[in-house]
Amino acid sequence: MPYVLPVLFALVIVALLPLVAGYIVLVERKVMADMQVRLGPMRVGPHGLLQPIADAVKLLLKEDIIPESADRLVFWGAPLISVTTAMVALAALPIGPFFQIAELNIGLLFILGVSSLGIFGIVLGGWASNSHYSLLGALRSAAQLVSYETSAGMAIVGALLLAGTLSTRGIVQAQAQTEVWFIFAAPVGFFIYLVASIAETNRAPFDMPEAESELVAGYMTEYSGFRWALYFLAEYTNMIVVASIATTLFLGGWLRPFASTSYLDFLDWLPPLLMAGVAGYCFWRAPKQPVAVQKMFMAAVGLLCIVLALVLIMPMAAPRDSFLASSKAGIHGAFWFLFKVGAYIYVFMWLRFTFPRYRFDQLMRLGWQFLVPLSIVNVMGIGVGLALHRQLNWPAAPALILGIVLTLVAGAYLLATGEKHEHPRVGEEEEEETPVNA
Amino acid sequence: MLDQVVFYFFAALAIVSAILVVTRRNAVQSAIFLVTALLATAGIFLNLNAEFLFIVQVILYAGGIMVLFIFVIMLVNLDVALHQVQFNRQWFVALIISAVLAAQVAAAIAVSRRTLYTMPAAPAESLQPNTERVAFYLFHTYVLPFEIASILLLVAMVGAVVMAKKRV
Repeated sequence: MPYVLPVLFALVIVALLPLVAGYIVLVERKVMADMQVRLGPMRVGPHGLLQPIADAVKLLLKEDIIPESADRLVFWGAPLISVTTAMVALAALPIGPFFQIAELNIGLLFILGVSSLGIFGIVLGGWASNSHYSLLGALRSAAQLVSYETSAGMAIVGALLLAGTLSTRGIVQAQAQTEVWFIFAAPVGFFIYLVASIAETNRAPFDMPEAESELVAGYMTEYSGFRWALYFLAEYTNMIVVASIATTLFLGGWLRPFASTSYLDFLDWLPPLLMAGVAGYCFWRAPKQPVAVQKMFMAAVGLLCIVLALVLIMPMAAPRDSFLASSKAGIHGAFWFLFKVGAYIYVFMWLRFTFPRYRFDQLMRLGWQFLVPLSIVNVMGIGVGLALHRQLNWPAAPALILGIVLTLVAGAYLLATGEKHEHPRVGEEEEEETPVNA
Repeated sequence: MLDQVVFYFFAALAIVSAILVVTRRNAVQSAIFLVTALLATAGIFLNLNAEFLFIVQVILYAGGIMVLFIFVIMLVNLDVALHQVQFNRQWFVALIISAVLAAQVAAAIAVSRRTLYTMPAAPAESLQPNTERVAFYLFHTYVLPFEIASILLLVAMVGAVVMAKKRV
């Protein structure tokens, strides 16, 4: 019996994930269109709302090609490794205080460990394709992931020092107790994790493994149809995973902003108001759609939002001590968690359409010569702050701020000394290579 | 009962993949089976209530070191080696030596079962909380060996960097 609920959650997540990933792609295309002053997908469904379904059908019906000289078994299995590891990582994430598949005492390490296995899907897929573009993409991906995992891990260590536990639920509870989200206690750590997580998910400006202008599509070049879709699903699931880790560690997990300040309790009305607002917009736009079907679909989306708003309002309107009132933490927690994950992913998209791609040596230099030292200093800074607070009984705020200032000074020093190496003199390497007796 | 089933499953997986590691001719396939063997070992750790060891095995060996292994295998072109003559003509000698070694180990186990005192299994509660236990012993009881080991590793790393760099 204790396994019924977790299995149910797992089924729901596995069933919904492809849909969610599809809609993240749609949102990404819409955000890109908005930033480039275009409309984006508009034809399939009202405002392109059915585009992900159409894309999915197209991908499933496409011809499935396996190159003749490919290592068939590895080629076949590699996308599965990527998808499986990404999905298993979701198991330990607390989506609100009640929605969690498994509460582990090594929760965060479990997520990191399992998602670090996902690289095998990329590397083996690139190797099995027996193509130069794929192999180069896979090599780049492996180098990039190993480099940036180091700094991401160190950034996480900083937040773990503050939380004092590895359990994902415990980390959020620690933030509830100290009444400070760890992004304010360790802003440098959050910055490092943000950069490293973009690099780990192979997204622009760090999308070297699949840079289309250089490598066609990187490790995915030889893949088509359903297997290609699996890689895409894995990539977007990984985005959700890193966004969830950042939310849990730095952004207060399922906590409402100012969760323990009682005179700000009116913030609880924000989620239903937001949903009602979206519903109102849908109803306002519905009559302006060009086709009758699209009008109906738009109205249906509006109705769905109304239902969601009602679900969010119910526990607040219900009498105290009733079952509905006690479910408030779960429902609103899930809302805030997903809201923060969405905001983090939006930042990903924003950065993608803002920055040009890095060169590979720039990428490596940023990773090893700036982020890794900075993340080590960050851990030491937080350690100094915590030692002052816990051993010498300083008040928490000045102790931690001292640590942050130390880290920032080190970061400024790294930036200042790093400038010198930014533009290596051309021809320096060749000079050394010249044989003496030439 | 379930414990035993899980143990034998992971043990069999580890042994079979370990055999495949040395019998595959393709280096990448060997590496894949090495990953499987390492993960199976991690599974045995988990079965023994050592969650921290389990996840360290997954992160460090499977997720870190093996990725570098495969990275290097791909950089070095091993397709050439596939078509060359293998240096395994002394397999008969190797077989005899392996058999002697196996007999030795078997004899040691057989003798120790009669004479030596086998340790009882630790109760599961004494292993929790796992991470804190490991940290306590590493940073408290055995802090000196731990630091010496980390300095050794640091020296090895600096040495590798010095050797790899053209101009220090």
